[in-house]
Amino acid sequence: MAVDTTVYKEIEGTGGDYYSLVGWLGVMIAAGLGSTYYMEHHGHVVTGMSNAVVWGTPHVFAVFLIVAASGALNIASISSVFGKYHYKPLARLSAITALALLAGGLMVLVLDLGRPDRLIVAMTKYNFKSIFAWNIYLYTGFFVIVLTYLWMMMERRMVPHSKKAGLFAFVWRLALTTGTGSIFGFLVARPGYDAAIMAPLFIAMSFAFGLAFFIILVSVTYKSSGRPLGDLILFKMRNLLGIFIAAAFYFTVVQHLTNLYAAEHSGVEAFILMDGGIYTFLFWVVQIGLGTVFPMALLFNPATGRTCQGIVVASLLVIVGGLAQMYVIIIGGQAFPMQLFPGMEVSSSFFDGVVHAYAPSLPEVLLGLSGIAMTLMIVTVAIKYLPLLPTSLSDAKVDPHHASDKA
Amino acid sequence: MTDKSMNTVDTSRVDTSRRNLLKGGAAAAIITLAPGVTLQTVQAAVTGPVTSAKRWGMLIDATAPEGVWDLAVDACKAEQGWGKDKDDANPATDPQWIRKVSIKDPKTGAKASLPVMCQHCANPPCVDVCPTGASMKREDGIVLVDKHICIGCRYCMMACPYSCRSFVHEDVRGQKQHMPRGKGTVESCTMCVHRVDKGQKPACVEALNKAGSNAIMFGDLNDPNSDISRAVSKYVTQRIRADLGVEPGVHYRGI
Repeated sequence: MAVDTTVYKEIEGTGGDYYSLVGWLGVMIAAGLGSTYYMEHHGHVVTGMSNAVVWGTPHVFAVFLIVAASGALNIASISSVFGKYHYKPLARLSAITALALLAGGLMVLVLDLGRPDRLIVAMTKYNFKSIFAWNIYLYTGFFVIVLTYLWMMMERRMVPHSKKAGLFAFVWRLALTTGTGSIFGFLVARPGYDAAIMAPLFIAMSFAFGLAFFIILVSVTYKSSGRPLGDLILFKMRNLLGIFIAAAFYFTVVQHLTNLYAAEHSGVEAFILMDGGIYTFLFWVVQIGLGTVFPMALLFNPATGRTCQGIVVASLLVIVGGLAQMYVIIIGGQAFPMQLFPGMEVSSSFFDGVVHAYAPSLPEVLLGLSGIAMTLMIVTVAIKYLPLLPTSLSDAKVDPHHASDKA
Repeated sequence: MTDKSMNTVDTSRVDTSRRNLLKGGAAAAIITLAPGVTLQTVQAAVTGPVTSAKRWGMLIDATAPEGVWDLAVDACKAEQGWGKDKDDANPATDPQWIRKVSIKDPKTGAKASLPVMCQHCANPPCVDVCPTGASMKREDGIVLVDKHICIGCRYCMMACPYSCRSFVHEDVRGQKQHMPRGKGTVESCTMCVHRVDKGQKPACVEALNKAGSNAIMFGDLNDPNSDISRAVSKYVTQRIRADLGVEPGVHYRGI
């Protein structure tokens, strides 16, 4: 294995562009906090959520960010656990991105609670049968483990131990995404969930969403800071993204095929795949079309897959498709009526037996976007004050053999 | 209170935990501190902690005239204070602790109408998923929400197979002293635990009884001599989504 000669250095971050970015992110975070105040002051009646669709747009963003967090750690895992040294220079950024995504997601999740002021209750009272309670441990554990891992990578004396920390972090992140998927997988009553495949599906989704976010982050950061970014590392991440998109697609196919085979789930499948209106549109057009097929075409078409712009656009589409997938799973799964009396026509003043209406409200969207802004803010500030970014990701730096081959 | 009397209080037997009081049943007492200033205290019920010796349940006769269910719903609103004026209503977000559900078999055209409220499951999914333990089941089978530690995550609403829980979406008015409610927390039928612990029937049952109907029967399913036990052993009863294995405490006949 090549000796790591990477030089890490803080970005300058003194120009107008940097402060303008920080300012805009601050405005977005403030808008999210303002939304929370508005929602808590008036109650959730001012949102699009109801007693039937109890989790709305904030949860779409929150779960997306939490899932992407564990995926963003993959670049570090690949270098530490699987010994792929090409990715080693990006391991620090991978770890801080994972932490930032998790922080952004959790911020949204907590600020949408009916009683966010009772967060201390959630931290001190546990029902250990609840997957939600397990997740509180998994999330806090993730922060501690990844911070330790990051410290070991950055502290020269600890570098020899960073591989073990990386392995632990990798196992933990698999557990974390299993926990997130199981939030839905363990819901026995709802036909849209209640499936063990939710855990591996979420893991595959996390690989794709996290890497897509990371590719955009690396490309934009290197371009704006004027540091060299070679094709070698970019194309390696492109190939990896292609595999992860395919994996997420595979589990999506298996999820729906399994449900289609079971007659009892035919209703919810017909709803999502055929006559669910916005959910059907989001599934086929945005999740599958824009979020799966189109990015694959962009990544592996020589005209676009060999350009940074093409790869970044494909990554953006994966994120858009991922948000659509979350919307379909979380909100589509609730919009489909609960089967109180299977096979019967049911009606009541509580909207039994009908597809539940839901439209995102502005405060919900602003709160969701503030989670992304918080993620970006953490990364933006961290790379200014900590030596996280390699000064160069040129092909010669990433792979000395590559340079000597060329020579 | 003198020093002597204070010393004689056996503090080891006093459990001040709100949750245990809720779980254990309680009786209220009001102490007057000064004219117009009162301190409401709660002391352990005379009957002691709730045990699993009892299993409170209901038997609902779905063949009863449809109109009686409106009586039950109105009685619940009046007792627990969750009803709202029509002018003020937000149907999608207003809580409903009990509702009248109409069902129709599309193949045969057969119809029925029945009330649905918290089914007080023996294996309640809402209790399983609640991260803080705010959703809880008493030993006697009554499922409750401890509103002091509910954080408003709504996971219990995702998990309930019967859509029987409501989230309080806005400020509440007209609260009852025995049933504090709070914006941002989840609530549902309590089987009128405050009445049951005093030996009374739930409000919906009593309202129907007053109207001469026995369409909702309430009692101890563990007592073989109770009316409800005799009835469930006489008639074949159904429980909604029995296939889920959550063992509801609410039985139906005539669905």
